[in-house]
Amino acid sequence: MNWIKTISREIYGLFVDDGVFALAILLWLAIVRWIIPRLNLPAEATGVILFAVLALILGESVLRYARRKQSPRN
Amino acid sequence: MGISWAHMGTSIATSFLASLVECVEALTVILAVGSVRGWRSALIGSASAVVVLLLIVAGLGTALTQIPLPIIQLVVGALLLLFGLRWLRKAILRSAGLIPLHDEQAIFAKHSAAFGSSGAAATAWDKIAFAAAFNITMLEGTEVVFIVIAIGAGRTGMMLPASLGAVAALLVVTALGFALHRPLARVPENTLKFAVGVMLSAFGTFWVGEGMHMQWPAADWSILALIAAYLVLALALVPLCRSQSSPSQPVTRPS
Repeated sequence: MNWIKTISREIYGLFVDDGVFALAILLWLAIVRWIIPRLNLPAEATGVILFAVLALILGESVLRYARRKQSPRN
Repeated sequence: MGISWAHMGTSIATSFLASLVECVEALTVILAVGSVRGWRSALIGSASAVVVLLLIVAGLGTALTQIPLPIIQLVVGALLLLFGLRWLRKAILRSAGLIPLHDEQAIFAKHSAAFGSSGAAATAWDKIAFAAAFNITMLEGTEVVFIVIAIGAGRTGMMLPASLGAVAALLVVTALGFALHRPLARVPENTLKFAVGVMLSAFGTFWVGEGMHMQWPAADWSILALIAAYLVLALALVPLCRSQSSPSQPVTRPS
């Protein structure tokens, strides 16, 4: 059954490098799906909000990585 | 809904560029296998994997037509976002010098040495060469299959343009591989990965929005706006990352 483990690990690796980053994306998509529609925002604004928070998540992830590289412990 | 030029053009370009990157990576290993252990088994192994991948695309493509489009857009969009943003994240970190650049020459040398030390091929049929070429083609090809399906499944009639982009990339890399017989080290791989990460992230965001019944301000043209927005963001993050990290830690090792 090693090949199943290998394939599963490869597929997981396609989508996840930084677990916190992937989790934050999924959490934000869940919020956009179930909470944002209840706020009665203008229809065109939701796309912009979707992108803006994804941009923040990406920025936080790369800057966190960069700061960690600077840390003397790493 | 019809397919606009913005949609079809960006789909073909994204699929082509993403597949080009994966094909270049696969070619490096196949060249190493072929030059050390013989071409026949390596080429048969690689061709067998391409056939398996084509069957997967045909099978999954047909199966996906049975699922309601908004569900596909939402699920595929979410996966595409995870995949594209992960790719873009790595490209930003590479551009900032925080993780190593992909060095095809070094990878070729490493694999050539590894295959050379595993004993010479005893017969014309070499299991090691077949398995190595099959595995690398399947590995890189799985990413191509995902990209083609993710881009193609978001709207009716998009599978063909997405597949054409991937097939064109495969043909270009195969032709260059046959002509040059060495790794395509001059391909600006990180620049391509940067561009592909931007495009895949834009597609993922667009599909997720469509799947959630959002109204994009400029309909399909919003894809181009998203591409521009992700590009500006990514280019701005590169110097920010550099400034956040220690200047005494340049990373030049091949991955």
